[in-house]
Parts: sequence; C-alpha cells; structure tokens
Amino acid sequence: MRDFVSTRARVIPPSGIRKFFDLALSMEGVISLGVGEPDFATPWNLCEASIYSIEQGGTSYTSNQGIQKLREMLAVWLQQHYQLSYDPYDEMIITTGVSEGLDIAIRAVTDPGDEIIIAEPCYVSYEPCVTLAGGVPVPVQCREKDHFRLNPDNLMEAVTATTKALIINFPNNPTGAVMRQEHLSAIADIVTDHDLLLISDEVYSELTYTGTHVSPATLDGMWERTITLNGFSKAYAMTGWRIGYLCAPKEICAAALKIHQYVMLCAPVMGQMAALEAIRRGEDEKDRMVQEYRVRRNLFVEGLNRIGLSCHMPEGAFYAFPSVEITGLSDLEFAEQLLRDEQVAVVPGSVLGKGGENHCRCAYAVSRKDLAEALLRMEHFIAGQSG
Amino acid sequence: MDEKDLLLLHLLEENSRISPEELGIMAELSPDDVNRRVAALEEEKIIRSYTTVIDWDRAANGGVAAIIELKVNPERDYGYDRIAERLSKYREVRSLRLITGVYDLQLTVTGNTMHDVARFVSEYIAPMDRIRETATHIIMKTYKENGQAFCEKGTGERIPYSL
Repeated sequence: MRDFVSTRARVIPPSGIRKFFDLALSMEGVISLGVGEPDFATPWNLCEASIYSIEQGGTSYTSNQGIQKLREMLAVWLQQHYQLSYDPYDEMIITTGVSEGLDIAIRAVTDPGDEIIIAEPCYVSYEPCVTLAGGVPVPVQCREKDHFRLNPDNLMEAVTATTKALIINFPNNPTGAVMRQEHLSAIADIVTDHDLLLISDEVYSELTYTGTHVSPATLDGMWERTITLNGFSKAYAMTGWRIGYLCAPKEICAAALKIHQYVMLCAPVMGQMAALEAIRRGEDEKDRMVQEYRVRRNLFVEGLNRIGLSCHMPEGAFYAFPSVEITGLSDLEFAEQLLRDEQVAVVPGSVLGKGGENHCRCAYAVSRKDLAEALLRMEHFIAGQSG
Repeated sequence: MDEKDLLLLHLLEENSRISPEELGIMAELSPDDVNRRVAALEEEKIIRSYTTVIDWDRAANGGVAAIIELKVNPERDYGYDRIAERLSKYREVRSLRLITGVYDLQLTVTGNTMHDVARFVSEYIAPMDRIRETATHIIMKTYKENGQAFCEKGTGERIPYSL
C-alpha cells in the first residue's frame, strides 16, 4: 500500500511534550505548572448567558463573520481599551479561538516560498502553520538579556528580500515578556521600512501588569500592515469555548474570511453568546482574575529566585520562565526529572522554540496553595541535585 | 484608602493568617508598609476582627442556626439604633442587619438545639418593647458562607499540559 500521509503533514514536528504528557497522566499527585490556561472556571454569568441562549433555541450557524452584535460591541471595546479602530462589518472575523485566527491569517498572506519571521520562543503552532501554508518559517530569538523582548537588531539580521511577514506575541507565551510603546516603535520602523506585514497575537493583552497593553496596529503607519489577533480564552477563562477574533484591513480580512468560511464556516454560537456577555458584563470578574494572577506572579517569581532558579519578573501573561542552568541539567532533563522525582510538571523551554533552551515554562495559573507546594518540591529537587 | 489597601483587604478577607512578609510580596509592598497599612485599617475599624469560616454542619456539632426577621417600631430620635444595640448584646445573635422590605431587622441566631433557638426568640426577642412581629426561619443547610462555597463539586478536569 502507498504511504498516504502528505509530505507537508510529515515534515511538521509532533508535539514536543507527548512523552511528558503520558508520564504525568500515569502518576499520582502531580502539580501541573504545564497548563496554558486559567485555573478559574468561566465566570458564571457568561455560562448562564450561553445556557439561556441554548434554551431559547440558539443552536444554529451564525454568519461567517460571527454574530453582528458581538462584532459591533467588540469594535467599541477595542476602541475604548486599546484605541484600535476596526470596522465590525468588514474588518473583523470571530474565529474558533486565536488558533484558527492565526492559521487563516497566515494562509491569507503566504505564497509558496515566502519567508515569515517568527519571534521565538513562542506558542507551538506558529511554525507548523507557516509550513502548512507553504511558507518558510524564520525564527528570531528573543533573548533573556533583552527581557525576552524582540531586539530590533536581531530582527534586522533575519530580514531578506523574500521576507513577507513577522509574527509576534506580546504579552508572550512562554516568557511573560511585554513590548512597551518604545520597544514596539523600533520594530514598527523595520516593518514599514521593509514593507512587511505584522501578525500580532495579543491573546494575553488583558494580562498586562506593568502599564497598559499597546496594540502595534495603533503605531504610526502600522494599521494598514497589521493583522491583530485576540480572543476571550485567557482573559475571561474561556479556553474551552473557542472564541477568538481577527481584525485586519478590508482586503486582508476578506481573504481570511474566504478561508474561514470554507474550513470553519463560523465559530460556535454558544461560545459567541458567552463572549457577548463577557464584553457586556465580564469586566469585573476579569479584573478580579487578573489581580489574582498578579498576586500569584509576585509570590511565585519571588519563590523561584529564592530557591535559586533565576527568573525575570514577567510583565504579562501567566507564565514564569526561569533559567534551570544552576541545576546543570538541560531543560528537557530538568522537566523530566522534576516530574519523576517531585511530581511537578513544567514545560521544557526548548519545545517552545529558539531561545527556550535551559529554561522552563511554569504557568502560575494554579492556586496559591499549589504554587507554594510546587516551590517546596522544586527546592527539594534542587537541593538533591547539588547534594 | 488606595488600591493597595483594597488589595490587602481582599487578601486578608480570604485568609487572615497570611504573614506581613508574604502580604508584602503579593501586594508589592515592604512588610513594614503592610504593617502600617493594616494597623491603620484596624484603627479606622475597617478591619473589625480576624476570624475563621467553619462549616459547622461538617463539624457535626449538632448546632442549629436560624434567620429571624423582626418588625420593629422605630424610636423617636434613635430610629432602630437603640433596639439594635440591645439585640446585638446577646451572645446568641451572630449577625444583625437593618433591611428594606416587609421586615426591618434581620438576625442570625445560633443555639444547641431547635428548642434553644425557639426559646431564645420567644423569651427574649419577641417580648421586647417595640417588636411587633417575628418570623423564624431555621437554616436547613448552608451552601455558601462568607464567599466560600461549601458545596463545591470538582471543577472540570484539566489536562496536565497545554501549550
């Protein structure tokens, strides 16, 4: 029989944490700092709104772009929060999570052979999505000495005549890095000088602890060359509802919409109804969760540094990205041994791209009690290493 | 009162046993600053006391609690304040509030048995001057107290890793 698997599907790498996943599932009493989602349940009023809409018979397709009311309210919300101006009728698509938004954004702009620069370390789907779209992913490393921000000099080194676009994600998964206005301006200059497109994944934007989130599309000359991606998963604890959105100038949005309508049709209506409630009356609950993440960040990062895992204070998202160098282990060894010996699950940094080596990603979206216990176990582990 | 004071209040309301050092880390303050702020909040009687939320049903202590509603004739110059003050002196009265609606005052009363509670109401509360009517509701089960749900089912299963 022939091998039916396509070359494209064959070349994209499998998940780097499969074996950790299986190992963690086979063990008892694991504290997982490996989960990239809030530990809170979705605020109850959002669930109620969705349940009510189901009871009213709201179980059908929506328009391809998503429920009009949701887009209209989102447009107002984006203007008020980030000074972003997008027309809800032809510059916005409600997507099935930011994951889909990212995929259709990349496919809408990538021709075979186009180089797409990716700021790494980053979420695992960026490179495969570029590859599947026929593009060539070009990683650029964000370094610890730059607080894991994208350094304009490093970006310049990666730009070639065939570079089409740049993908960034700030606040960043996995480093928690935030690009402030001044940092983004330097990047924007390069993007405009070289006539590039920017794909900006801002799914952690509401989890910004220092200052307020700056959306790159608001910078001079950037709106017309930016695709802004965002969603409800992280800010409103809505990961399972699968609701994100893509905002872009009309022509790009229309191209992405064609892909969206053929492969997804529309985002789930139940999730869209919950998202509508999140925009209308979700702010207080969101603020409460963000405050709690900040408290946990302070406790956890202080703890990491105290036990010898040096870690920058992350300015956003809910990840700490400490160096494991002190243990003399690689990040993969560290993550595996920590899981086996102490039942604490963390993500080895190298599975998250260039620059992740010798670091591990610890999500502090777990209870303070579990964070304290995880720190005790990590301290014990480190003591065992040096002893 | 600023944002940091509010944060301290929320943290203490949830767990009053957190040390000043830990509170300082959480709220991005020095321990001294935490102590100063907490002392000021105590001074201003914003912090009233440090207590523990106990699920007495689970402790199987057999106690009984009731919500008592009272219709009260207010007093010239004092309104409800003086009668409320007298009521609040009873150890059995755990909470006392002035409310809108059909009744004026609402009390939470505890006792060892249903009989204790009934006797307390009929012998001490009902006969008081100015109290026109009482309604006693025995609490059958507490689902949530002081922001803490007692009936928590496990939340949905989270997978150990997601990127």
